[in-house]
Amino acid sequence: METVIKNKFNKKSKLQKSWKDRIFDISVYGIAIMMILMIIYPLWFIVIASFSNPADVSNGNVLFWPKEWKLDGYIELIKQKMIWRGYLNTIMYTLVGTFIALIVNIPAGYALSRKELFGRKYLSVFYIIPMFISGGLVPTYLVVKNFGLLDTFWVMVLPFAVSAFNIIIARTFFKTSIPDSLWEAAQIDGCGTIRYFLTMVLPLSKAILAVIGLWTAVDLWNSWFNAMIYLSNENLQPLQLILRRILIANESILGTSSGELASELRRLSEMMKYAAIVVSTLPIMCLYPFLQKYFNQGVMVGSIKE
Amino acid sequence: MESKVVSQSIINTAVISNESKTSKIMKQLKKSGPLYILLLPSIILLLCFTYLPMYGLLIAFKDYSPALGIWGSPWAGLKHFIQYFNSYQFDLTIKNTLNISLYSILVGFPLPIALAILCNQIRIGMFKKVFQVTTYLPHFISTMVMCGMILIFLSPSNGLISNLLGLIGIEMPNVLSDSSFFSSIYVWSDVWQHIGWDSIIYLAALSAINPTYYEAATMDGASKMQKILHIDLPLLLPTAMILLILRAGSLLSVGFEKVLLLQNPLNLAGSEVISTYVYKIGLQNFQYSLSTAIGLFNTVVNIVILLLVNWMSKKLTKTGLL
Repeated sequence: METVIKNKFNKKSKLQKSWKDRIFDISVYGIAIMMILMIIYPLWFIVIASFSNPADVSNGNVLFWPKEWKLDGYIELIKQKMIWRGYLNTIMYTLVGTFIALIVNIPAGYALSRKELFGRKYLSVFYIIPMFISGGLVPTYLVVKNFGLLDTFWVMVLPFAVSAFNIIIARTFFKTSIPDSLWEAAQIDGCGTIRYFLTMVLPLSKAILAVIGLWTAVDLWNSWFNAMIYLSNENLQPLQLILRRILIANESILGTSSGELASELRRLSEMMKYAAIVVSTLPIMCLYPFLQKYFNQGVMVGSIKE
Repeated sequence: MESKVVSQSIINTAVISNESKTSKIMKQLKKSGPLYILLLPSIILLLCFTYLPMYGLLIAFKDYSPALGIWGSPWAGLKHFIQYFNSYQFDLTIKNTLNISLYSILVGFPLPIALAILCNQIRIGMFKKVFQVTTYLPHFISTMVMCGMILIFLSPSNGLISNLLGLIGIEMPNVLSDSSFFSSIYVWSDVWQHIGWDSIIYLAALSAINPTYYEAATMDGASKMQKILHIDLPLLLPTAMILLILRAGSLLSVGFEKVLLLQNPLNLAGSEVISTYVYKIGLQNFQYSLSTAIGLFNTVVNIVILLLVNWMSKKLTKTGLL
């Protein structure tokens, strides 16, 4: 008798539960789908707008699919010499800058991970202070100027290559995933510290190299503020500053004209805006899903607290 | 005689121990030598481009003139600070900075936590992957392109949003040149761009939760909502506290690049923040000392707030950064 009642009771509560949880599940998936749409749609719109007739875009006739396939924006964009130059500059800054950042930050992270480093505590403080205190805009500008780095290639890749954050992440990685016994074994075999680092630690640390390399590369690809302050030579300007002229300042880089030609130019520069966004963002967007594994790994490594 | 010998031996041992101490340090230094070589590049760069500019902070207390150099310029005391505190720009920049950054924290801090919890509830593996890739995607758009997109979408005459609102018969005001809309545009576009990325760290914390907690809760008849409230949220608290402290530490430095790009003469009353003002005064008007003074004031306030929030958090939740 008792067990029957219990069973009945269990059945009832189970039913209720699943009913409640089902509503919960439905709302979870509903919200998730809505969020995906809200994020994808603006990006999708930029792409279809770049292929459509600008008049249709501004009238609101283009909403889900391009109208009158047109490539004018792209054609006009690749005719612009400064886009190519900007692209080339950005690629160079990204490649060289990432390389320098790895050379500077990874060994520092490794050295700080070693217990026998004399004065490790003070050195850590030395690296952490810049995260909170800086000289500020003008003093930094004056120092860069006094080093004679204004309007040079190097100002984009060298002065600010140190990242305390990346060093800490690298340090945590080396501490947690390279066993001390490896060093002891290498030492017995007569291997010195630097050779050990280069020939044994680095090959085991591809994950952290990838993470820090990718983060730095994305930052460098997207950066423009240092270029705006330190570079006045147009030949050195990165892609993002060219985009600034097209997207933000609304500069008519196609030249000015009057009458019928003027409206044609306006039309083209509208199309160019969309095309410029696509062309400048595509490389990172395309690479990203393949590299996502590394990006996530990096955040995980960084979140391990000591 | 005997006492002499004793004292001699005491002196001897003292000398030896002293020697062994310095030799110990020398030994340690020698052992760390190669490690110092690995540290050298970053130390040189930091000294040159981070610590050397800190010496340049002196010009906040001087009437800097490039001809006289930093040390040679005459002292001005707190003149530049007082000039800033008394100026009309002081109230404006402080108000706007606090407004934007508090708004950012209020909206941008809890939403990634909610997103992580939501993502954690998705059980279909493939869908979860798509959801994650999509929500992280906008993070990689550059600030420049993001601002370009904002300007295109919010354009009052023919932007996407005004077209969409036009479909249901609403006319959109010109939000780009209205200072009262500035903080909302700034904050919500930031949420759109970074909510997914900011949630990764919480997802990591959620995946570290011991599954037996959930099993026990299921046995006790807890609903999914109850599990979130009583297991997920409390266990996310330490991570959330650390991130909140870090955020509070930059309360007075809002995303400078984005503000500068979205600024126009019409919305200046809502968009002039401390960092954009420092930039304009310093590198456009060449008032080096005044600009540095304002920047220094900003840094000091940030550090004070960071320490304050850290102290409070240690008292309340026993988690702290420092």
